Amino acid sequence: MLSRVADSLYWMSRYLERAENTVRQLDVTMSLMLDPGGASAETRWRRLMASLGKPPGMEWNGDLEAMAGKLVFDPVSHASVTFCLNGARENARQVREEISSEQWQRVNRLFHHIHAPNAQSQFAANINDSLASIIDGIHLFKGVSDTTMIHGQGWQFIRLGRYLERAYATATLLEVYQPDLFQVEEDDHAGYQYLELVGLLRCCTSFEAYCQVYTADLSPGRILEFLLLNQDFPHAIRYCVDGIREVIDSIQRSGGRRPPEELTAVIGRLHAMLGFTTIGEILSGDAGGFLHSIREQGMRIHELIYRYYVHYSIQSALAV
Amino acid sequence: MNAGHPAELDTLFGDYPLDHAFDEMREPGGGVRPQYQALAETLARLPQEELQRRKQSADLSFLTQGITFTVYGRDEGTERIFPYDLLPRLITAQEWDRIERGLTQRITALNLFLRDVYSDAKILADKVIPRELVYSCKHYRRQMRGLQVPRNVYIAVVGSDLLRLNTGEFVVLEDNLRVPSGVSYMLTNRRVMKRTFPQLFSSYGVRPIERYPQLLLATLRSLAPEGRPEPNIVLLTPGVFNSAYFEHTYLARQMGIDLVEGRDLVTHDNVVYMRTTDGLKRVDVIYRRVDDDFSDPLIFRGDSSLGCSGLFNAYRAGNVTVSNAFGTGLADDKAVYAYVPRMIKYYLDEEAILPNVETYLLGEEKQRSHVLANLDKLVVKAVGESGGYGMLIGPHSTAQQREEFARAIQANPRNYIAQPTLDFSRAPCLIGNQLEPRHVDLRPYILFGDKVNIVPGGLTRVALEKGSLVVNSSQGGGSKDTWVLDK
Repeated sequence: MLSRVADSLYWMSRYLERAENTVRQLDVTMSLMLDPGGASAETRWRRLMASLGKPPGMEWNGDLEAMAGKLVFDPVSHASVTFCLNGARENARQVREEISSEQWQRVNRLFHHIHAPNAQSQFAANINDSLASIIDGIHLFKGVSDTTMIHGQGWQFIRLGRYLERAYATATLLEVYQPDLFQVEEDDHAGYQYLELVGLLRCCTSFEAYCQVYTADLSPGRILEFLLLNQDFPHAIRYCVDGIREVIDSIQRSGGRRPPEELTAVIGRLHAMLGFTTIGEILSGDAGGFLHSIREQGMRIHELIYRYYVHYSIQSALAV
Repeated sequence: MNAGHPAELDTLFGDYPLDHAFDEMREPGGGVRPQYQALAETLARLPQEELQRRKQSADLSFLTQGITFTVYGRDEGTERIFPYDLLPRLITAQEWDRIERGLTQRITALNLFLRDVYSDAKILADKVIPRELVYSCKHYRRQMRGLQVPRNVYIAVVGSDLLRLNTGEFVVLEDNLRVPSGVSYMLTNRRVMKRTFPQLFSSYGVRPIERYPQLLLATLRSLAPEGRPEPNIVLLTPGVFNSAYFEHTYLARQMGIDLVEGRDLVTHDNVVYMRTTDGLKRVDVIYRRVDDDFSDPLIFRGDSSLGCSGLFNAYRAGNVTVSNAFGTGLADDKAVYAYVPRMIKYYLDEEAILPNVETYLLGEEKQRSHVLANLDKLVVKAVGESGGYGMLIGPHSTAQQREEFARAIQANPRNYIAQPTLDFSRAPCLIGNQLEPRHVDLRPYILFGDKVNIVPGGLTRVALEKGSLVVNSSQGGGSKDTWVLDK
C-alpha cells in the first residue's frame, strides 16, 4: 500500500488511542480527588500531567473543572482530547477511500460531538457522562474497524499505531507511579492506599482483569507484574509488544520484500526482555530504568517503522 | 385544461410557463412530448406526499454517501452536497445517435488537431487557423512539440458541454479537454434514480452507463507504454482540498486503482515510482486530475507542490503515460473553439454534425467593436477559464460589470470571446410541490483509447435558480439523471 496511506492510518489510530488514554486517566484522577486522604489535588494533577508526557500550558491553577475542560477542549495544546480527535479525523479524511464508510462515520461523529456548540456546557454540567461518551465513541470505532475493514496491510497499520501508543502510554504511567508505589504505610486503616492502587489499575481498565488473575488482594508488585508482563491482557505492555511483533510479521509476509532486519531485531529484543524477565528480577534491580528502557525502545521502533515503510530513501529502495 | 392531461398533472404543472425556449418535456402547445408520457403518468399517479418522501430519501442517500464537492473562496462550509433533481431528463435513441456521431467526429478531429499542432503544424501552414491564435494560447505547451504520445491519443477523457437550442437541435458550447469532472455524479445519480423510480425506470428501457469505470480503466490500459503488459495505473489527485476530491476517491475505488498525490511519486532515471510500504513500485499510466501547471515543478510552475518533479521527462522518455496529455487545453481554448468546424472539414473532410455556437473573436477589430456596442445582449467569456468563472452574462449584468469587462477586453482582446445569449432548453424540475422549468445543459463523457467510446447519457446540469443560465456546480447548479432510451 502507499506509504502515505499507511502513515495516515497509523496516526489516525495513534491519535484515537491517545485520546482514549487521556480521557480515562483524567476520569480516574478526578474520582480519586473525591476522597479526602492521600495526596493533594495539585500533586495528583501534576502526576496526571507527568503520565501524559508533561504537556506545556497545563499547569495547575486550583480550579479542577476548568483544568479538566482545558485538557479536553483546548484547541492548541497537543495533549488535549480535541487536538487528538482533530488529528484522527484529518488523517482519516485523507484516506477516505481506504477505510470503510462505517469507520469514517464513527470518526466523523466523534469529531462533530466534541465540536458541537453545546459540548463545553454539557461537559461542565456532567463531566463523567461526557468523558464516558467519548470513550464509547472510540470503542465503537475500534469495533467497526475490526468488523468492516479488510484485514490487510491497512488494518495492520491501524493495529500497529494502537499497540505502540498503548505500550508507550502504559510504560509512562508506570514510570510515573512506580517510585510512590512501594512507600506503603504498614497499616492502611482508612483504605486510601488501596484506592490509589485501584486507581492505577483503572487507568488501564485493568481492575477487573487483575482481580480475575490475582483476586482483589492488591499489591504493588503484582500490579506491576500484571501490567508489564501479562500475556493475555490487551493493556499489558507484553501483550502490546507481542501484537507489534505479529503485525510486523504479517506486513512482512503480505509485502514480500526485504526483511526489515533492524526493526525485527529491536522488536525481538523488547519481546525477549518482557518474556524472559521475572517480576522479582525487575523489583530487585532498577525498576524505573527498566520502564524507561521500554519507552526508549518504543520510540526506536517508531523511528524504524518510518525508516522502513514511510520515509525510506530512494537509494536504499532502488538498491534492492 | 389540456387535452390528454390527467387533472393531477395540471395541479403539478400549476402555471408552468412555456415560451420560445425549447422545453424538454412539453410541446409548445402544452402537450407532453411522447417520450415523457410515461413519466407524466407516474407523476400524476403519485400522491404529493409520496413524491416528497422519495425526494427526501434520495437527498438522504447523497448525504450519507458523502457525495460532496468543494466551493472555493469561502472559509467555512466548503463541503456541499451536489443538488439533485428528482425528474430524469430523457433523450430518445434518435437524438442520441446524432449526438454520438457528432461527438465522435469532433473528438477525432480535435485529437488530430493537437497532434498536428504539436508536430508539423500543417493546419497553421495552410492558414486554416491563424498561427498567432494558437501560439498566444494560454494553454499551449511548447514542451510538447515533437513529443511522441502513445497511440497518438492526446485526449483520452473528454466531457463536452452541449446545449439544445429552440429549434430542438443540439449544439456544442465547449469541449473540456483538460480534466473534465462530474462523471461520478452521473454514476451516483443513476444509482439513486433506480432506487427512487424502479418501475418507471424498467418500463422505459434505459441504456446502461454503469460500465464507465471499467471502460475508463480499459482506455487507460490501452495507452500503457510498450512492453508493460500489466501496467500499474494510478489516479493522480491534487489532494483533499480539491473541489473534485470526492470524485477522485470514487473513481479510484470503482476502478480498483491507487489514488496518489504528487508527494507519493518519485522519479529516478526517467522512471516514475510510487512509495509503498513494500518499497518503490513502478507507475506506468497516470490518470491525471492535476492541471498542467501544477504537474511538474521542474517544467511548469516551480512553486507547485502538487505534482512530481521529473514527471515530464519520464513522460517524454516514454516510460510513463500521462492522460490527458499536457497542453490539451490548447484545443478547448474558447477562441480556438470557433475553428473546430473548420478543423473537422480540414482533417476529416466532413461537415460538423453538431454545430458550434456563434462566436465573436475579440482579437478582430470589426467583431470587437460590434461586441463592445452590444455587451448588454451578449455573453463574454475569458478564453482559458472554466467552471463558470470569468464570465459576463450581458442581460443579467450591471452597468458597472459591463464597464469592467469592456476595459478588460480592450486591455487584452485575445483573452475574451463573446457569444449571443442563448435561449437553451429547459426541463421541468421539482421545486417545492410543483414542476417549474429550469435551464439544462448536457455533458456526455467521451473516452478515447483504441476507439471512441461514449457511455449513453452523461450529466445533465441544471441552473436551479429561476431564470439563471449558469449550470456550474460552483455557481449554484444542480444535476439530473439522464436517460438515453433504447428506442
